[in-house]
Amino acid sequence: MTGYILKRLVSAIPVLLGITIIVFLIMAMIPGDPATAILGSYATPENVEKLNRDLGLDKPLFQQYIIWLGNMLTGDFGTSFALNRPVLDEVLERFNGTLVLAGTAFVLCSFLGVVAGVVSAANQYGAADKVITFVVLLGISIPSFFLGMMMILFFAVNLRWFPVSGMWPIYGDRTIGVLLSHLAMPATALAVVATGVIARLSRSAMLEVLRQDFIRTARAKGVHERGVIWRHALKAAMVSILPVLGIQAGFVLSGAVYIEIVFQWPGVGRMLVDAILKRDILLVQGGVVFVAACYVMFNIAVDVAQSLLDPRIKT
Amino acid sequence: MKTFFLLLARNRLALAGGIVLLIVVLLAIATPILPLADPDVTNTSNRFHPIFSEGAPLGTDHLGRDLLSRLMWGTRLSLAVGFAAAIVAATIGAAIGIIAGYFGGRTDNIIMRGVDMLMAFPYILLALAIVAALGPGLFNALIAVAVVNVPFFARNIRGVTVGIANKEFVDAARLAGLSNTQIILSEILPNVIPVIVIAMSTTIGWMILETAGLSFLGLGSQPPQADLGSMLGEARSALITNPHTSIVPGAMILIIVMSINLLGDGVRDALDPRLKSGALSRPMAATRVDRADLPPPATGVGLLEVKGLETQFHVKDRIYRAVGGVDLHVEKGECLGIIGESGSGKSVTALSIMGLVASPPGVVTGGAAYYDSENLIGAPYRRLRDMRGRNVAYIFQDPLATLHPLYRVGDQLIEAIRAHRPIGKAEGRAKAVELLKAVRIPNAEQRITDYPHEMSGGMRQRVGIAMALANDPDIIIADEPTTALDVTVQAQILTILDELRRSRGLAIVFITHDFGVVAQLCDRVAVMYAGRIVEEGTKTDILVAPRHPYTARLMACVPELGGGKRRLEAIPGLPPAVDKLPEGCAFADRCDRVQTDCRAAEIALVQHCGRAVRCLYPVDKREAPE
Repeated sequence: MTGYILKRLVSAIPVLLGITIIVFLIMAMIPGDPATAILGSYATPENVEKLNRDLGLDKPLFQQYIIWLGNMLTGDFGTSFALNRPVLDEVLERFNGTLVLAGTAFVLCSFLGVVAGVVSAANQYGAADKVITFVVLLGISIPSFFLGMMMILFFAVNLRWFPVSGMWPIYGDRTIGVLLSHLAMPATALAVVATGVIARLSRSAMLEVLRQDFIRTARAKGVHERGVIWRHALKAAMVSILPVLGIQAGFVLSGAVYIEIVFQWPGVGRMLVDAILKRDILLVQGGVVFVAACYVMFNIAVDVAQSLLDPRIKT
Repeated sequence: MKTFFLLLARNRLALAGGIVLLIVVLLAIATPILPLADPDVTNTSNRFHPIFSEGAPLGTDHLGRDLLSRLMWGTRLSLAVGFAAAIVAATIGAAIGIIAGYFGGRTDNIIMRGVDMLMAFPYILLALAIVAALGPGLFNALIAVAVVNVPFFARNIRGVTVGIANKEFVDAARLAGLSNTQIILSEILPNVIPVIVIAMSTTIGWMILETAGLSFLGLGSQPPQADLGSMLGEARSALITNPHTSIVPGAMILIIVMSINLLGDGVRDALDPRLKSGALSRPMAATRVDRADLPPPATGVGLLEVKGLETQFHVKDRIYRAVGGVDLHVEKGECLGIIGESGSGKSVTALSIMGLVASPPGVVTGGAAYYDSENLIGAPYRRLRDMRGRNVAYIFQDPLATLHPLYRVGDQLIEAIRAHRPIGKAEGRAKAVELLKAVRIPNAEQRITDYPHEMSGGMRQRVGIAMALANDPDIIIADEPTTALDVTVQAQILTILDELRRSRGLAIVFITHDFGVVAQLCDRVAVMYAGRIVEEGTKTDILVAPRHPYTARLMACVPELGGGKRRLEAIPGLPPAVDKLPEGCAFADRCDRVQTDCRAAEIALVQHCGRAVRCLYPVDKREAPE
């Protein structure tokens, strides 16, 4: 198993390199030069040239990439000019918030999605199936930012169940209960779409599995229908559900940007949007590379889980 | 194409989605000629008029602009951008996919590596990065959303293209001297288009959502021009005081995306041939029983007695009579063979007894199966479950498919016991080892931790038998248990079964199409054809002197070792389709002894001296084909 994990980690290196290359190339497409963007249009040519030299922008593209990559490997993601602080510090601080939000949403959507899919498949064409199918359709069709706004209106403003926005109150204790009450709405709004996608896939994966011969064997043994569905069928269906959970983790992680804006949640997504609007390129670069790298690592964890689930995968 | 639209129209939800979408699209197209207020004229003295105000049916926004007019123009823009992004993504993605799939080798490798890299990004993050580089703006948002979706199309379409590129007709085109471009355009593209359509119909909703999302963030359409996303973004600051300005554009996005998704699902279902047969319905815990008549009473012969069993498959409006009135019985310690061609209904008969016929589409429409004078057909599920494996156990064909691939064989054995009585960990393990030893698996202690795929076919089938023995059943129903095995392994399995029968007094119902197996194992034999028993008797009677022409012809198909240069006679024709059985004898069309009265009416199974035959002109011993 350790060997397999190592192998997967090594195979992630080219992917991570590819990510840095893609981000670098995208940023290199920027029209005009960043120094002017930083210094403003009233800067003197000398200052622009000096800054370009300082940023290494006078060098060939390939060399620029190597320097940037080398710096990142030593933990230097550059300095955000708008915030005037190291990019990595800012990203790490903001990523905490995103991790809490997206992590909760991911747990929610995985659990609810799989359960809804299984219940739906087990009662195919029944009342539960129809209700779930409809709710799921609604869920995957509603924009998460609109849903978030409606939740604020209904649950925070009208019913006053939850605070309107933010991760922590301005005054008061930072207890887990306070965090949860702030987290409830944004995490739910973020999870809805992914829950729908996972529920749909789980339903079809279950239907596929339920027709297999080994299900009939389990029934012929006298296994209770609950055991047939939740042990035999679900375990086999998980083989095709797990990769989708990995993909949905990416949607949740990046879809957090909308929710962070709607709920004023301090996270990477909001930071990125601000950085884009201020053309704070180094911060965008660093943030994107960092989140993408985390996602690659997460997918390795999914692969490892897959190999634990399915003994037929050669480790 | 016509059937496609027919299927689509029959799907009510898809139809509803299609109609709603059509209305929205038509309205969006007609927006410039509709009598609407100018969407961009601000009038701050009229700001935040509520819905149904004079002159503004949907009210006004924070700058006093008419919301209805802005909604229509915004919808128009959102739809245009969403569709454009979908078309761009589909075209580029399809081109990349086709090139990678068609040329294969290194081209494929390099392209797909790049696609994988793009897919390694969390979706929206990549779009943000692209917008960051190009700068905010609706056109740039369109590019970003399209680019982000290209890998999805490329991957799907590459997969399909690889399959098509190796087909004979592509080889033929190549031999005919067509150039690669010509082949791609004339042979590959037409076959890939349905996949492109499915992929588009399932992603277009996404793309509209994503472009709206970028606009919502302020990275898409820039004021005063507004799509639905930026309308929502602008309205957000007034969410609490004037919610209608948010609800109007938000609800519109929901309506559009939902109708697209409904239609998309319909398109996918109509184009995906797997779903056409309705094969994706899930089998229930027990076969449905729907008997018109009262079940026939037990006559008290045998440990298991099947009386007048009728099982049908209801697929759409067709009815397949898989089993049409079968009577069987088996005594303690006896082995009954059921023999017949594939599709003769022998497996369905066996599975019906314990309610294991996949249902839907299977329905037991008549008859009874008495176990110890208790009727199993129509018994409540709880009773049935309790008896499955404990009183009547099954062994199935192809143990690789019938054992759960992800559980260790030991655990599957222990579970079979646990289904009927609580058992501790150590005791369960000991019992599992004991069972494996009973079916003569060497190193049983080690093998219980094996997964099915780690065993050979013969070993897996032994596990299947061990599992059937787990609760000491009285009856084992073996459904072609040796068909998937090679001859030496087959002989070993038969020996094991025979010994178990003698040592434990098991009754065995053995389903096969192999007369050799019947000869080795069975006491009595029932021959099935087109869902009915056509002949029944002791093994010796049937093997030495078959009376039904079908049995005789079936036996003539079996090659004999050292049997000299006998001609092997295949039976001409095919068994009748069980959804349109003929009036009289079902074998009449293939029979060389057929007379006119054979086709006239139902032929009864006539009992005579301990054997039975369903034939008006049975074969006499003297004229049996030699």
